[in-house]
Amino acid sequence: MSLFSRKKKNLEAVPAAERRVTTEGIFVKCPKCSTALFKRELEENFQVCHSCAHHFRLDARSRLAMLYDEGEYEELDAEVISCDPLGFVDTKPYPERLEQARRVSGLPEAIINGRGQVGGHLVFAGAMDFSFMGGSMGSAVGEKIARIIDRAIEYRGAVITFAASGGARMQEGTLSLMQMAKVCAGLAQLDEAKLPFISVLTDPTTGGVTASFASIGDVIIAEPKALIGFAGPRVIEQTIREKLPEDFQTSEFLMAHGMVDLVIDRRELRAMIINLLNFMMPSENILRLLDEDKEALPDTQ
Amino acid sequence: METMNTEITPIERVGLARHPQRPYTLDIIKNLFEDFVELHGDRRYADDPALVGGTATYHGLPVVVIGHQKGRDVNERRYRNFGMPKPEGYRKALRLMMMADKFNRPVITFIDTPGAYPGVDAEERGQAEAIAFNLREISKIKAPLITCVVGEGGSGGALAIGICDGLLMLENAVYSVISPEGCAAILWKSPTQSALAASRLKLTAFDLEGLGVVDVIIGESSENRVNDSEIYQAIDKQVHAMLLSLLGLSDAERRVLRFQRMRRLGEWSQSGI
Repeated sequence: MSLFSRKKKNLEAVPAAERRVTTEGIFVKCPKCSTALFKRELEENFQVCHSCAHHFRLDARSRLAMLYDEGEYEELDAEVISCDPLGFVDTKPYPERLEQARRVSGLPEAIINGRGQVGGHLVFAGAMDFSFMGGSMGSAVGEKIARIIDRAIEYRGAVITFAASGGARMQEGTLSLMQMAKVCAGLAQLDEAKLPFISVLTDPTTGGVTASFASIGDVIIAEPKALIGFAGPRVIEQTIREKLPEDFQTSEFLMAHGMVDLVIDRRELRAMIINLLNFMMPSENILRLLDEDKEALPDTQ
Repeated sequence: METMNTEITPIERVGLARHPQRPYTLDIIKNLFEDFVELHGDRRYADDPALVGGTATYHGLPVVVIGHQKGRDVNERRYRNFGMPKPEGYRKALRLMMMADKFNRPVITFIDTPGAYPGVDAEERGQAEAIAFNLREISKIKAPLITCVVGEGGSGGALAIGICDGLLMLENAVYSVISPEGCAAILWKSPTQSALAASRLKLTAFDLEGLGVVDVIIGESSENRVNDSEIYQAIDKQVHAMLLSLLGLSDAERRVLRFQRMRRLGEWSQSGI
């Protein structure tokens, strides 16, 4: 037995192609500018790239946490979920797709309702989540939006929605289409109650959601460079048989055509919403000032 | 007439609803209404020939009548943009409805469109906003609103003039969130599955009555063509009956019923996950 015989096996060199530091779960690569972003910093920065200000898609609950004062809100209507009114089967049964969507997104439905304070104002908000069946609007989504509107009227609060949707949910057929009517009728009643509705459009907002509540806010705010439109770009290309211009159906395109009020960086969104609510919401402060003005008027009698 | 044909498959009904010899809005107006004056333009941008409307007399009563309009020959089809309205069409429709409301006249709309026009100019002028604005504003109108789906009920482009107190539908009309072809392309990734998609989408008058969307189905004889007087009589009978029942209600009663009707639409579960 040799004195210098190796007891341990040779260390195997890792091939150059496989040589890397494990950063999974720590870094995220920006899809726009390819910068490696430290995940925790990205979260602290409202999921906006430090380098190019690309807005990552956001899940519904983070959305609500970013909106409400101290990130605190009460989740409402979680019990309202989709059923299968048509017995719809495409390549998979609809209930299976729903189950899968709940697993993937961790959410009960494509919209999450919340109630809480924003800048001290009572706000009922609904945030859509694209990861739940493309944020599509079926009966449950329509019902949940109708419920926040009902409550806003009852408790004299504001309604804020964050749209992120491919449109109506095909698996519920014409009932999905009817949700457009249902939520817009609710907004008509909100109008008559003189209560605010702020609509925030995020990437992407298309189809039946754009053609209903999302487009009729008292004020409409879009996040930068979001895809927003009625017909999908592919459908339009097939209809006109031409390639579409690069910025077509972006937030900036809509802004240029007068369809949205503001395009705002997500990091400034909450402050802007509070500013708008201060204008819209009935406030004791304003009533007091008006009373003082009246007293200051000369007596006409 | 009274015996409705339930043997026809959904995709066959789609074919019937799109049949070029099916009565179009202007045919119905000519046969059911008197003194029709077509009014034009949205006062914003243009007049849209894909959506027509105006004042008329219906059974002696002044009304506003509005509907999608398709064309029969190549030139007319192009002129009518295949019945696909642009934002100016929807804005004209709302303008006419608001005028009806001002003079307290009922509004009768006829739906027959493949959908709102998907084009660059329509998007630039706010196709989505035009539809959404109509949905909200039409629901506020005090006058009675009757809608009749006579051919293709193509999604948001149909609904944008379809907010109503009573929804009628011809036996061989269809009303859907997406065309069977579009649905097949997206969900089955194959346009050959459109017959299957048509049956799954539950887009026939019978399906929609069962789902609480449609109030009255208007029966058709097998050959309902533009020159067939039977179909006009059938439409007239039901539209008139609906109008009389709505006129029997006060504005306030109709309003409550209309909002209740829309609020109820859809089916969901309350059980949570």
